[in-house]
Amino acid sequence: MARQPDAREVAPAVQRLRVHFAKRGRLRFTSHRDFQRVFERAVRRAEIPVAYSAGFSPHPKISYVGAASTGAASEAEYLELAVTRVCDPERVRLELDNALPSGFDIVEVVESGGGSLPDRIDASHWRVILNGVSPAAARTAVDAFLQVESIAVERVLKDGRRTLDARLPVVSLGVVEDPGSTDCAILEMVVRHLTPAVRPDDVLVGLRQVSDLAPPLPPLVTRLAQGHLDEFGRLADPLAPDREAAAGIVPAVEIPATP
Amino acid sequence: MSQLSQEQAVESLFPRLEPLLMSVSKPVQYVGGELNSLVKDWSSCDVRWCLMYPDAYEVGLPNQGVQILYEVLGELDGVLVERTYSVWPDLEALMREHGIPQFTVDAHRPVGAFDIFGISFSTELGYTNMLNALDLAGVPIEAADRTGDHPIVIAGGHAAFNPEPVADFIDAAVLGDGEQAVIAITAVVREWKAEGRPGGRDELLFRLARTGNIYVPRFYDVTYRDDGHIDSVRPNREGIPARVSKHTLMDLDAWPYPKKPLVPLAETVHERFSVEIFRGCTRGCRFCQAGMITRPVRERSIDTIGAMVDAGLKASGFQEVGLLSLSSADHSEIGPIAKQLADRYEGTNTSLSLPSTRVDAFNVDLANEFSRNGRRSGLTFAPEGGSERMRKVINKMVSEEDLIRTVTTAYAQGWRRVKLYFMCGLPTETDDDVLQIADLARKVIQAGRTASGSRDIGCTVSIGGFVPKPHTPFQWAAQLDHPTTDSRLLKLRDTIRTDRQYGKAIGFRYHDGRPGIVEGLLSRGDRRVGRVIKQVWLDGGRFDGWTEYFSFDRWMNAAQTALADSPVDVDWYTTRERERSEVLPWDHLDSGLDKDWLWQDWQDSLSDVEVDDCRWTPCFDCGVCDTMGTDIQVGPTGRTLLPLTVVAAGSAHEAG
Repeated sequence: MARQPDAREVAPAVQRLRVHFAKRGRLRFTSHRDFQRVFERAVRRAEIPVAYSAGFSPHPKISYVGAASTGAASEAEYLELAVTRVCDPERVRLELDNALPSGFDIVEVVESGGGSLPDRIDASHWRVILNGVSPAAARTAVDAFLQVESIAVERVLKDGRRTLDARLPVVSLGVVEDPGSTDCAILEMVVRHLTPAVRPDDVLVGLRQVSDLAPPLPPLVTRLAQGHLDEFGRLADPLAPDREAAAGIVPAVEIPATP
Repeated sequence: MSQLSQEQAVESLFPRLEPLLMSVSKPVQYVGGELNSLVKDWSSCDVRWCLMYPDAYEVGLPNQGVQILYEVLGELDGVLVERTYSVWPDLEALMREHGIPQFTVDAHRPVGAFDIFGISFSTELGYTNMLNALDLAGVPIEAADRTGDHPIVIAGGHAAFNPEPVADFIDAAVLGDGEQAVIAITAVVREWKAEGRPGGRDELLFRLARTGNIYVPRFYDVTYRDDGHIDSVRPNREGIPARVSKHTLMDLDAWPYPKKPLVPLAETVHERFSVEIFRGCTRGCRFCQAGMITRPVRERSIDTIGAMVDAGLKASGFQEVGLLSLSSADHSEIGPIAKQLADRYEGTNTSLSLPSTRVDAFNVDLANEFSRNGRRSGLTFAPEGGSERMRKVINKMVSEEDLIRTVTTAYAQGWRRVKLYFMCGLPTETDDDVLQIADLARKVIQAGRTASGSRDIGCTVSIGGFVPKPHTPFQWAAQLDHPTTDSRLLKLRDTIRTDRQYGKAIGFRYHDGRPGIVEGLLSRGDRRVGRVIKQVWLDGGRFDGWTEYFSFDRWMNAAQTALADSPVDVDWYTTRERERSEVLPWDHLDSGLDKDWLWQDWQDSLSDVEVDDCRWTPCFDCGVCDTMGTDIQVGPTGRTLLPLTVVAAGSAHEAG
């Protein structure tokens, strides 16, 4: 009398919530798997009525959208979660935020207004702090980088060494003006999401190749935003359509708002 | 005044550590930030503990002993407690390069700045990691070289019942249960500091030793005979007790820890909330040091267990509860506990597990309760000995019929795989005793195929070398040499593999005999073995519990060098049988067990005489309760769990 996988009753999902969260401070060192574990436990502690899948090993219905890599901080991570009872998004935000360790901070929770969240995200805005690099040296490297059409960089992926074009997805790249600083350069860049993904680290390798820019310390990388890249090179807030839907503004076609 | 300003100067090392973490593997293990961890203000506390589990974070973080003491100490006013774990070689190299000392994960404070550095040893293979942590902390590895500026280094855990091999490196050792002991140590340290640290380090250690529960090696002199045997171990000053007694915590219901388990950001080996349902075991398995040194049995009552599970799940968000003990199905109310917990968490995706179950205490109703709300985990039994004769020698009174009956029921109820644990190298063992494991496994598969009517039946045989331990009847026994251990294991493997009918259904896992020899050297060693440990560490020895870091040759070479001018060697410590008259290195450390009783039990084992469990038969005078003033504490209480509002029925999220 082996147990039947379908013997269990599964409460159906009645609402989908979209969560915008940040990964800050020392929590930059968590991997995506670490975050998943921590988040699922926080959901249980906060007693959010999350829906579970059926079967032998039921798991909570939470889907994550393109996570920042281990070591990178982020102001703009997203996930979607299904619940079995209708919840007030702001209350879920508060209770999840309380149940999570400080550094995993819930920025906003909105009820899904339909459509696909991953489809609204195709680029990221990054900030990279280079300690021990002068802004002038960084500017020289950036200028050289922007002048070429492609820069081949090597990276070890799961399926072996691969050569990527670090220039291709870079929409914009610049050095943040900070007149006081001589030994710390701050870069900002907007990078399109491709497969395989080109990360800020790859762009740094590219900068090194074009101008010998070699930071003495590991860079501090932070994702500032992600969303849909509009024709002006700006990123649209991926939760804007849901917010509008919740407010009763139903656009005939989904037009991403500008941030 | 200068002391105070020095104490105030302790700052977080994190800003210096952070850039290094970008280039090490799994950096999250070094950042702390666990749920339920504590960070107290340094200057508002007058006694500061750093606790260490001397292994990687992923192994050390879930350790129950450390979590319990961390919480007990953290609840005390004016006491600061933080944790540290062994750093992997990649970070160690960077820390040495950048001059960053061993740090705590809670507030990233330097370990060397604490008053007390407490290290918990579940296994002797953590000794080199202790030396490495001390060195990284900037604390001299030899206790004799430390000054008033250094923490006092205290060892605890099961290995502390013979701390002689690390006697030169520790300042003190605590035998037995730690909950009350750490409070007592805190009081002694606090008083001594408040008095202006009279007499320095020596006086503090003297005050600790005087209590009779804390062993301070420097106050005992060991003399040796020409043939290498110990001649005597004697206190070397007035006021030091001739023997140090273990501490026994009575009334586990009054100490319901952990209440708020640490929930890590990193992945660790045990992702569950564990509740110890009783402490101690009197089954009397002769190889089992844990069962001997933790007597008597002290049960936690069903209602305390229920309250701890409820509070622990709420505080952690864990999905699995482990009911821990040395033989969990032996709890006098295990049936009601299992049923009532399963009822309580029905429909919440919370699973229960029972890590240690004896074949003869197992029943399928119990197993069904445990798998009701979650995944059906595998079943594991430990007959330990392959032949009936062997099981009599070790006093593991499980018959072949018991085992076959139990697995038959399990297979009939839908289980498909069972795991069987055995040991190789037990006293008086022959090749034939080990080869009988193959027969037993065949019978298990046969029974399973008949009971289930299916050929999709498996069992895994897991076997490792036996290491004789102090404070057990086998403390006098010769350890089997590793070539013989390995040859027996290979014969067994070949016998299973060549079996056409059943071989494919039997999995075989074994550990080679060489690490066991090192464990044997460290388990029953004396103070002279300390030189070997130091040499191994100097030669780069770290993480000896990890196959990829352990080097047998490094240990043997170090032993040859370090013991060159003494009449003893590795064989003398491991494969040599001891005589009754011999002074054992741990004779001055009192686990309560009467040495004459242990000897008699050793003799009984050699003539296949078994001994019963004193929970169900009259006392057989092992000596513990008389010596320690303790008593067996078992139920049944007949009480039941109060119903709770379970997680899924919470009403906080109705639409507003």
